[in-house]
Amino acid sequence: MATEKVITAKDLTKRFGDFTAVDKINFDVNKGEIFGFLGANGAGKTTAMRMLCGLLLPTSGQATVAGFDVYKHNEDIKKNIGYMSQKFSLYEDLTITENIRFYAGIYGLSDEQIKEKTAQLIKQLHLEGKEKTLVRELPLGWKQKLAFSIAIVHDPAIVFLDEPTGGVDPVTRREFWGLIYEASARGITIFVTTHYMDEAEYCNRVSIMVDGRIDALDSPANLMKDYSANSMDEVFLQLARKAVRTGD
Amino acid sequence: MPSVIVENIAQNYRIKKTVVEALKGISFSVDKGEIFGIIGPDGAGKTSLFRILTTLLLAESGTATVDGFDVVKDYKQIRNRIGYMPGKFSLYQDLSVQENLEFFATIFNTTIQENYDLIKDIYQQIEPFKTRKAGQLSGGMKQKLALCCSLIHKPSVLFLDEPTTGVDAVSRKEFWEMLHRLKEQGITILVSTAYMDEAGLCDRVALMQKGEILSVNTPKGIIGQFKKPLWAVKAKEMYRLMNAIKEDPDVESCYPFGQYHHVVFKTQENSEQKLEGIAKQGNYTGMEIHAIEANIEDCFMALMND
Repeated sequence: MATEKVITAKDLTKRFGDFTAVDKINFDVNKGEIFGFLGANGAGKTTAMRMLCGLLLPTSGQATVAGFDVYKHNEDIKKNIGYMSQKFSLYEDLTITENIRFYAGIYGLSDEQIKEKTAQLIKQLHLEGKEKTLVRELPLGWKQKLAFSIAIVHDPAIVFLDEPTGGVDPVTRREFWGLIYEASARGITIFVTTHYMDEAEYCNRVSIMVDGRIDALDSPANLMKDYSANSMDEVFLQLARKAVRTGD
Repeated sequence: MPSVIVENIAQNYRIKKTVVEALKGISFSVDKGEIFGIIGPDGAGKTSLFRILTTLLLAESGTATVDGFDVVKDYKQIRNRIGYMPGKFSLYQDLSVQENLEFFATIFNTTIQENYDLIKDIYQQIEPFKTRKAGQLSGGMKQKLALCCSLIHKPSVLFLDEPTTGVDAVSRKEFWEMLHRLKEQGITILVSTAYMDEAGLCDRVALMQKGEILSVNTPKGIIGQFKKPLWAVKAKEMYRLMNAIKEDPDVESCYPFGQYHHVVFKTQENSEQKLEGIAKQGNYTGMEIHAIEANIEDCFMALMND
């Protein structure tokens, strides 16, 4: 049986004027896979991710996300994905349960489902007794873990994580990856960008973008073998140093 | 005489009724010409500390000197002799690259030409864009311009608050190469970061967490403080393996590290045999067990748990 593809991209391209931000990228992501999407600042990661989230129309090429076409069904894509970044996460002036209810409500969960999800989430994150705490009063690490759990509250086919662990202490960073593993084991596909190269090694497969193209795509172990490197950091440096473009 | 002396500095913030202790009475000193790293996650107190040392914030208690000057009494002298690059981009967005640099040179009663040697290496990389407005530069170029502006008056001490946050691995490496060239010019550099792997690029580091210093030492010295045997394990079934290891009552900690899990046992005896026992029970494929040396992140996590 063929593996179920949650993302397919074929010659996906985005041009802004005469600048080609994303240049004919090709890749598939399998169901339940943890897929690392790496690249230097300015390589085109954000633009590619915005197209896959249904927020930006491609210039040419094809892509489907959760079975929906990025040109025709971008609204369906939005309903079937989760998204979280370091910058945008939760409403600081709402409590923990209010944030859960808000997002779950937006994604169309019923009152009963919301109640069930809230109880489950509070327990999983050990937040018992803190239900009425304002999110602003939580330490950053807790906020990030809560934001991730809320991003997948509607059991999306895929969740996009844009540098989810920046600035977080090393223990919390690992607890966060624990949540990612659990979600992946439940069949949720994880699409993640990070500047921490050790985190790249937690991914099943990793793609590395250079100047709008995907220059490498494989499991971390194979990439390290192909580039005769001892770590993903070395692989990344070898590839990203070839970049002609600078900046973001 | 040390470049920076910090003695029992404490700082609290009050948000409505809750008091947040940003700095809980910390002390350390930085030698002349040193690259001194303040390493810690968000909320460690790094920015509060930098704002106190750059005379932008009065500490609640404690004393500190920079270049022998007191941060409270002698703030004017300090402001003349330090460079400060805040975490948030703080140059004039609607002035051009060159205008920003000229502006900072002028307020410090100097000219771009006078200290051009110091910034030449860095400025040459952004010079092709010198007429572009600072607000329209890419992140990497903004960072280089901010560094030039903080250096233009040839400061004796340079404070860099999280200069590499959100910066990719290649640009981070280049930034640190620039810092080492500045160090050769005799400038003392205090630099904060949340990236633990950058600790190894400093002469000495203070590991900080929640307003406290966990340890001050050379990177080698910090690693030397990690006394327990450390094991790196891997198998094809990483997640199952981690759960199995964590369930063992003799295990103190098990954290994922890239392709491996790092494992520490509560007692040192027979730890390898214990690991092999866990491996056998779980019937894993491609199981590997290696004894390894701790890195800064292992040390930081061990200190956090103490």
